[in-house]
Amino acid sequence: MDVAITGIGLHPFGRFDGVTVTDMGVTAVKAALAEADNPRFEAAFCASVYSGVASGHKVLGALGLTGVPIVNVEAGCASGGAALMLAAHAIANGQYDTVLVFGMEKMPKGIIRSSFFEPWREEGGLAVTPAYFALRAQRVMRESGVTKAHLARVVVKNRINGADNPNAMYQKATTVEDVLASRVVCEPLHLHMLCSPNEGAAAVVLQRARPGDGTVRIAAAALRSHLPGSVLGEATPMSGIDDLGITPPSSHAADAAYEEAGVGPSDLHVVECQDTDAARELLGYEELRLCERGGSAALLESGATERGGRLPVNPSGGLLAKGEPLGASALGQVVEITQQLRGTAGARQVDGARVGLAHTVGRGANAAVVILTR
Amino acid sequence: MSTATRPLSDNLFRERPDGSIVLVGGYSPSSGRTHFPRLAACPYTGADDVDEQELPTDGTLWGWTAVTARPPGYDGALPFGFGVVELSDGLRVITRLTVADPDALSFGQPMHLVTDALQTDDDGTTVVTYAFAPDEASATDGGDV
Repeated sequence: MDVAITGIGLHPFGRFDGVTVTDMGVTAVKAALAEADNPRFEAAFCASVYSGVASGHKVLGALGLTGVPIVNVEAGCASGGAALMLAAHAIANGQYDTVLVFGMEKMPKGIIRSSFFEPWREEGGLAVTPAYFALRAQRVMRESGVTKAHLARVVVKNRINGADNPNAMYQKATTVEDVLASRVVCEPLHLHMLCSPNEGAAAVVLQRARPGDGTVRIAAAALRSHLPGSVLGEATPMSGIDDLGITPPSSHAADAAYEEAGVGPSDLHVVECQDTDAARELLGYEELRLCERGGSAALLESGATERGGRLPVNPSGGLLAKGEPLGASALGQVVEITQQLRGTAGARQVDGARVGLAHTVGRGANAAVVILTR
Repeated sequence: MSTATRPLSDNLFRERPDGSIVLVGGYSPSSGRTHFPRLAACPYTGADDVDEQELPTDGTLWGWTAVTARPPGYDGALPFGFGVVELSDGLRVITRLTVADPDALSFGQPMHLVTDALQTDDDGTTVVTYAFAPDEASATDGGDV
């Protein structure tokens, strides 16, 4: 795709009392547009889940930038990836030359209430998101030889990276002992193995690329949903489970993105992947084909996914350090990978990174995989 | 004090004459697939030839955890067990578990269907849900030991 990222912007991820979700979107959009020299954009795609009616219109309305088509996109944790896919392909297909993509969120506190669940499931205690994460984690442990120590090590790795990210919610490293000492939310997941739902915004400006301009390019942007029966992953089982041999949505999205970009897992230099909980990152290694099925614990143990390793994963600190504002998280990954490929990631810089992948997956199920090159 | 009860939802299970319950799923002859709870169309193929089907009341434990913090919309006891049971016909169902101590459960452990009181409404009506219990616990109720 001849689509360039010419501007990036962030509102930090964290908790910001008194700052509205529209305020945060405005901050990120202004920064991204300024970096791109304030181009006229022909359309805007806005990602959010909990921001209510016409949330993207409110952000652009606050900036006097309405009039163009504004499409609000909800695809769970992958909302930003979905918005980016729509925008990048609109340019690639010749519809537009310049498109604004942004996402923002102000998440409720505590266990998230989701209209995904029918009322009887809530009343019956069957609508508990971290409990579904726990069942998935337990399965990864059973099928891939992952231990609680591995889960804690993922947290330690990402929190070390987050300590160098001024936009992260947690900018302090932690230890395996401290992770395992945090309270159990749903066995086997301790509190510090789960990301914090929080607040933030991210924006990118996409423009038709000019040959040889040296910009970061979108090589692929793929979105997939789950296949029937493929359910103890992200879809959250609603009607029985029979997922043996069914390819998960993250693998479908990854395969589509690798094909679109003309690169394979071995060509990647840096990855940002969904780490809603520590086991989700390890499952991501396998689903994104960074290792063979069952090989995630060995890949982690090898140190390859640490900063300075062969294939650093979540150099931004991931969601475990940044927290997860649903609509902003995927675009936050794209901002990080763009900085990595530009060589402007500062203390988090992965040396020589030229090909990067960003992965989000969540309820729906929705899985998005974006590949950037420079 | 009322002794009235109401099921968590009307289409999940039915009571048998002996007071036990059975889960009510759906079966699509054209797809050959069973699902639970019963839907209007087969979730694998969209076919609308869904027949009501009573599901096996026994199975094995496939996944489990315990919920320790109160989730939104839930007024029952804490902590409580939550997991997946693979029924003897192969269908896996999401379910409440009667055991809330994860260390007391193990993969593949035999389980059977029971009822569990969730909470009591303001008018004294007890809300009853389906749940699965380890077979060991059934040794005293005359079950198949």
